[in-house]
Amino acid sequence: MSRTLLLGAVAYDPKVVTIWTGFRSWFAERGLDLDYVLYSHYERQVEDLLAGRIDLAWNSPLAWIRAERLARARGLELRTVAMRDTDRDLTSVIVVRAEADLHSPADLRGRTVATGAIDSPQATLLPLALLRGAGVAPTDVDLLRFDVGVGLHGDHIGGERDAAAALLAGRADAACLIDASLLLFGRDGTLPSASVRVLAQTEPYDHCNMSVGPAADRALVDHFGELLLSMSYADDSARPLLDLEGLKEWLPGRTDRYAALDGAVTDTGFYLPDGTLGADDYRP
Amino acid sequence: MPTTIDLESLGFDNGGHLLVDRALAGLDPGERLVVRGRHPALGVHLAAWCRAEGHRLDPDAAAPTIVRGSADRDRWRGAPRAGRTAADVVPRASREWGLAARSALVEPGGPALSVDWVDRDLVWADIAPQLYAQATANQWDPATAVDWTAAGSVPDDVEDAVVQVMTFLVENEQAALMIPARLLSRLHPHYREVMQLLAAQAADEARHLEVFTRRGLMHRDRLGLSGAGGRASLQTLLEEPDFTLASFLLSVLGEGSFLDLLHFLHRHAPDRVTADVTRLAARDEARHVAFGVAHTAHVVRADPGFLHRLRTAVERRHAALADTAGLNKQVFDALVVLAAGSWEPAAIARGWQDVLRLQQAMDSGRRRRLEYIGFPDDEAAALSALHTRNFM
Ligand SMILES: [Fe+2]
Ligand SMILES: [Fe+2]
Repeated sequence: MSRTLLLGAVAYDPKVVTIWTGFRSWFAERGLDLDYVLYSHYERQVEDLLAGRIDLAWNSPLAWIRAERLARARGLELRTVAMRDTDRDLTSVIVVRAEADLHSPADLRGRTVATGAIDSPQATLLPLALLRGAGVAPTDVDLLRFDVGVGLHGDHIGGERDAAAALLAGRADAACLIDASLLLFGRDGTLPSASVRVLAQTEPYDHCNMSVGPAADRALVDHFGELLLSMSYADDSARPLLDLEGLKEWLPGRTDRYAALDGAVTDTGFYLPDGTLGADDYRP
Repeated sequence: MPTTIDLESLGFDNGGHLLVDRALAGLDPGERLVVRGRHPALGVHLAAWCRAEGHRLDPDAAAPTIVRGSADRDRWRGAPRAGRTAADVVPRASREWGLAARSALVEPGGPALSVDWVDRDLVWADIAPQLYAQATANQWDPATAVDWTAAGSVPDDVEDAVVQVMTFLVENEQAALMIPARLLSRLHPHYREVMQLLAAQAADEARHLEVFTRRGLMHRDRLGLSGAGGRASLQTLLEEPDFTLASFLLSVLGEGSFLDLLHFLHRHAPDRVTADVTRLAARDEARHVAFGVAHTAHVVRADPGFLHRLRTAVERRHAALADTAGLNKQVFDALVVLAAGSWEPAAIARGWQDVLRLQQAMDSGRRRRLEYIGFPDDEAAALSALHTRNFM
């Protein structure tokens, strides 16, 4: 029997079981023995990846940042083998009510800014870094944080939805969202047409990646990566899994678009340089 | 010059993707579409939308430019049609079509349908669409189709006979309701006219149940006797697992005989309500018989060897019922009383002769149908004689 490749994933939704069970049998049919472990939050998954308890981690961008820091501190090397087409070149936006007399990030001084959960890269860390870059420190605004699904690194959309609702209800002057949520909320009526305006937008950044642990069998992981990248949306045995996981195509992993998030983590002390948890009020 | 579309002020929060999708439909993967528009969030929306749909937004283009992806086409690559039309049903329907409507384009990858019968020649009859149209046109409302106020006065000892016969009819209708309901749930919906016809048949039987029960209880507060032999006979019909054999035993032989019984009851009805309910039920039953005969004949035409299985089914049912009483004595006697109309000896003699003639009529009807299906006349006679004494 060939060696089993053990993958970690965070159970941010019950469908995660369906997804990885599906991938597991898809790989089994192609002769690769994949199994998975589910975590209730990313921090333990990252720690286990570094400790060699799992070979692969389906990591959020923030989890990747922490894994990299932990690895560097221990003199270990990490790499990534794949990411979704939908993980590339995302942006976050800060939106205000359409009629508000707010036209630049600086106008938000002294105003209430609604964000997602404390550990959401897209709805908290990156938009707040954008504000900082424009000279607006977190202490210059009233932060209204919606800590839904803490530990899931923003995978749970609930915090963003609450932030959007707060903006609409006048409890906040601005809300931080990922671009896909702005589109979704515009289409599902959470943010009625023409009710909000984009005040600022981040530079493009990358999202999740399939991180490889330091102890993983290189050849086996490469084979896993090749199979993953061979999954075709035209193949009806693969398509339902791709649909569930939200992609059309797996692409090679790349790690050069995480700099903005890494900077945000450093500036806020969310993680320390050696990868230990730094944010006082972060309780995954 | 790339294709260009102008959304004017339409945003993706107001259906803008419809126009973009429509414009992309005419392009091949890799081709470019320039999207113009005045919606303030157009750029943000477009980027997020393209990412989700498997298109790419060219980061270097001056105006928002989509590079068309192929995911939407990939989804439908190799998608089959779920057959053709009613006039042209396929010999074998695919379980992979699932619940897709006939002739629809079926996206591959959905759950397969768990049904037993997927072969046309095991369930079909060319007349099914017409019979279904007839069935829907002839649905009647028990509340208004029968004049329930025309109760009339029936002598007590004749009313006893009516109640006993209605008790028997209800029992039969219950079996006749359950069988098509069971069959239709195991059928591939590609043969939907058969499914619809069976559904209409079940609805017919539901009405029959109602009107016979109502007539039985018109002057009484409870129904009559239920003989064990009659119930055993009906139950052998419920236990037949094969579509064609079930249809043959129930509709050709059973409901065929039942049809004569309903005509007989109509003729000898002691009151208007009895006459009405048996007439209305007989009209429906004729349709049930027509499908059973047409379907069984269709199967035999496709496979003459099937005659052997039909014969075996009749013999097996006969053997299973050999030790039972068949029709219960009370029902038979009640039919005589109804035909007699009174307990006068001369009337009873007439009634007795009428019931004998009824049995002969049932026999010749069965033989006629068996011959139509393809049995030689001597075999048709022999098989008809093996039919249950319980009529159905
Ligand atoms: Fe009936
Ligand atoms: Fe019937």
